[in-house]
Amino acid sequence: MSYAVKSLNQGDRELIAFRIGDQEFCVNIMSVREIRGWTPATTMPHSPAYMLGVINLRGAVLPIIDLAARLGMKPADPTARHVIIVAQVRRKVVGLLVDAVSDILTVTDEIIQPTPEISSDLERQFARGILAIDRRMICLIELEALFPETESEAA
Amino acid sequence: MDMNEIKEIFFQECEEQLAELESGLLKMNDGDRDPETVNAVFRAVHSIKGGAGAFGLDDLVAFAHVFETTLDCVRSNKLEPTQDVLKVMLKSADVLADLTNAARDGGSVDESRSRGLVKELEALANGELPSPSATADAPAPKAAAKAAPAAPAPAPKPTDDSGFQPIPFSFDDFGDEGGELPAYEITFKPRHELYSKGNDATLLLRDLSRLGEMTIYCNMDELPGLEELDPEAAYFFWNVTLKTDKGEDAIRAVFEFAEWDCELSVKSVEEASGDASSNEELPMVPVPFDLSILDETGSSEEGPAGARSEDTAAAVAAAETASNVTQMAAAAARVEKKESAAAAAAAANAAAQNNAAGAGQTIRVDLDRVDRLINLVGELVINQAMLSQSVIENDTTGTSSINMGLEELQQLTREIQDSVMAIRAQPVKPVFQRMSRIVREIADMTGKSIRLITEGENTEVDKTVIDKLAEPLTHMIRNAVDHGIETPEKRAAAGKNTEGTVRLTAKHRSGRILIELADDGAGINREKVRQKAIDNDLIPADANLSDEEIDNLIFLPGFSTADKISDISGRGVGMDVVKRSIQALGGRINITSKPGHGSVFTMSLPLTLAVLDGMVVTVAGQTLVVPLTAIVETLQPEASAIHSFGANHRLISIRNSFCPLVDVGRILNFRATQANPVEGVALLVESEGGGQRALMVDAIQGQRQVVIKSLEANYTHVPGIAAATILGDGRVALILDVDAVVGASRGQSLKAEMSLAAVG
Repeated sequence: MSYAVKSLNQGDRELIAFRIGDQEFCVNIMSVREIRGWTPATTMPHSPAYMLGVINLRGAVLPIIDLAARLGMKPADPTARHVIIVAQVRRKVVGLLVDAVSDILTVTDEIIQPTPEISSDLERQFARGILAIDRRMICLIELEALFPETESEAA
Repeated sequence: MDMNEIKEIFFQECEEQLAELESGLLKMNDGDRDPETVNAVFRAVHSIKGGAGAFGLDDLVAFAHVFETTLDCVRSNKLEPTQDVLKVMLKSADVLADLTNAARDGGSVDESRSRGLVKELEALANGELPSPSATADAPAPKAAAKAAPAAPAPAPKPTDDSGFQPIPFSFDDFGDEGGELPAYEITFKPRHELYSKGNDATLLLRDLSRLGEMTIYCNMDELPGLEELDPEAAYFFWNVTLKTDKGEDAIRAVFEFAEWDCELSVKSVEEASGDASSNEELPMVPVPFDLSILDETGSSEEGPAGARSEDTAAAVAAAETASNVTQMAAAAARVEKKESAAAAAAAANAAAQNNAAGAGQTIRVDLDRVDRLINLVGELVINQAMLSQSVIENDTTGTSSINMGLEELQQLTREIQDSVMAIRAQPVKPVFQRMSRIVREIADMTGKSIRLITEGENTEVDKTVIDKLAEPLTHMIRNAVDHGIETPEKRAAAGKNTEGTVRLTAKHRSGRILIELADDGAGINREKVRQKAIDNDLIPADANLSDEEIDNLIFLPGFSTADKISDISGRGVGMDVVKRSIQALGGRINITSKPGHGSVFTMSLPLTLAVLDGMVVTVAGQTLVVPLTAIVETLQPEASAIHSFGANHRLISIRNSFCPLVDVGRILNFRATQANPVEGVALLVESEGGGQRALMVDAIQGQRQVVIKSLEANYTHVPGIAAATILGDGRVALILDVDAVVGASRGQSLKAEMSLAAVG
């Protein structure tokens, strides 16, 4: 397979890293569809606090989730400088509001360290590991865990 | 087009034929004795058989054949289509559908059932009256194929295993004393000179047929292999049995002009009987020649030619492999089928011509293409709205030409949209038809006697809605028959007709389709339902529930009142699934029940999942769309018309009646306190459950046609919200679910649903 110049080695994976407040997180790049700027969302009634509302994404209705609030941190106050990561989670497409996108990382499984045991919901529910890159700490989160299966089925 | 595609078309047609079959049988069941109905039923089975034969679907052919034979008895008035007979036939239609499905998707069919029905059908065909025990002893009417050429074949009989049966051809105009008439056997063997001189064997045979009652078989023994085939040569010859009082001379006179170009032998039957035995030893494969195409003088010019070329084509195909008699026999069998299919097609064509005024022409279009078109039109509508808005914003002078152009565009867009939507609109009939089968089956399984009455089958609704309707409806019908309707004994004891009635109706109401399923059974046993809900921890033991609330318990997940789990229902999945699938369609479901008199389920569904006319309103800073169909009138409340009622409720007096005020912003949780009604606008709405409500909104922005966008696609169902749309400014606006809002204001807000959404 000499022509496959830029193929990833076995075990390599690409992650997209982003910032919320002073913390860094990353998700698998394969689930990210696009990244776009913040536009005001239409509020949904009877929705949880982290649910910012819905926006129009080229004719489709896209729910926007305040990832900070979803991870149990201080809710964001969206401005024009915030970005929305449009990601595919199972069969649905959702927008995740974050402060900024920082990096695309190519890592091997070896450098992903297990999450230390802390009695925090964030770690237990969403975190799938921690990466140390350039003395930064980046937390790998699993999108599927943000949206429990039962919910998507109930829709 | 490869074989699979052709097969796919065949199965599609089968579906149509099966629907036709069932509706015809149901019509007959209701007392319709129109011969055309019987013919339509017969044609449906016949075409399925013909097509199935071409694809070698033997099971299907075999069953269809027996079915057809029995139907033919009905057609020829030998069998009175009583209710009992039709019961067997309806069951047979079900089995036929099963066999078709099995042939398409693999899978198996309940063989004992189909075998049992075959026996019942054969018994019917033999003139035995149907009785529940009528089974094995009826011998299958099987006549040997070889006997057919000599016999005048007075009545259709199943012949060989290929499932073919000769079509008898009689000319009633000439009297029917055929039994006494002298019979002749004619062998007519044209040489190729006959054709080269412009003569036509078909025309000669037709002239011959005018002399009396005639049976024709085409003999293809001389047909050579493909490599030896001379396209201009004449290979077929015909054996004709003719009963006539006109005499041999008249027969010969028919061939007067062809005499030198054919070999003709005319024998009276007494002569012929002498060499009948030797005749039978001939390895001859008789091919009956269908003359019905000749019956129509108008098409006779085309008909025979078409039939002949078809024969040749089939023969050529056959000749590739056929080198001995056995193979020829198989080939001939194929030709037979082709011919019978052609006859059916001719008959269908004739019928189609008769109905031409009634039914227009149709085309089959891939649903994806229609959907793509609909999506594009949806985008067009949004775009047009955006354009209008920006012109209005930028053009203060209101140049008339631009405005006129825009108006025209708007009208055109709207027309396009309506036409495109009409493409998707389909009558609910197919779904309703499927239900009649389910009722039959469950009635059989439970030993109940049930009559299904359907009304408004031609009510049209979007295809998507229809497709998704079948499943919940099936569940509900099962429940109605299994739980709702009592056993005949119990019904008799209660002084009711022992035959239970299930009524399924569809109608349009205020821009939605309303589907009602009513049974005249025992109604909901509220005490039992309540107890069951307490046992299953669905409600606290001391809950104080109204009758309506108890009825609605059956929609809770994990609820089942069945004492024992049966095959049909009672697994505790059902009504909650029904409710969820109806809600997913933007619909609602309601139940009303009267102990001893039965229950009525009412489903209200949107007509289309694509567009609606809406009133754009503002509520607590949010833009919402209220479906125009729900709004009766709008009014600006005056302070003097508002009356407080209890702690939290307010009523508005409209023309001397009091109507509860519902603050939309409060119900949807957009604001914490109720707005001052005097500052807003009231939308008077009429809800599904009846009764009016005044919905309070802050302001009205205008009316607009909006394209419905699913919220569920990427999010989840939100109580009080039917769907979303995209407005001219590109922002998403939510479409209000008026009935849910009204329901919530009544306090019957479905808590489970609310909490479900809150979790998400």
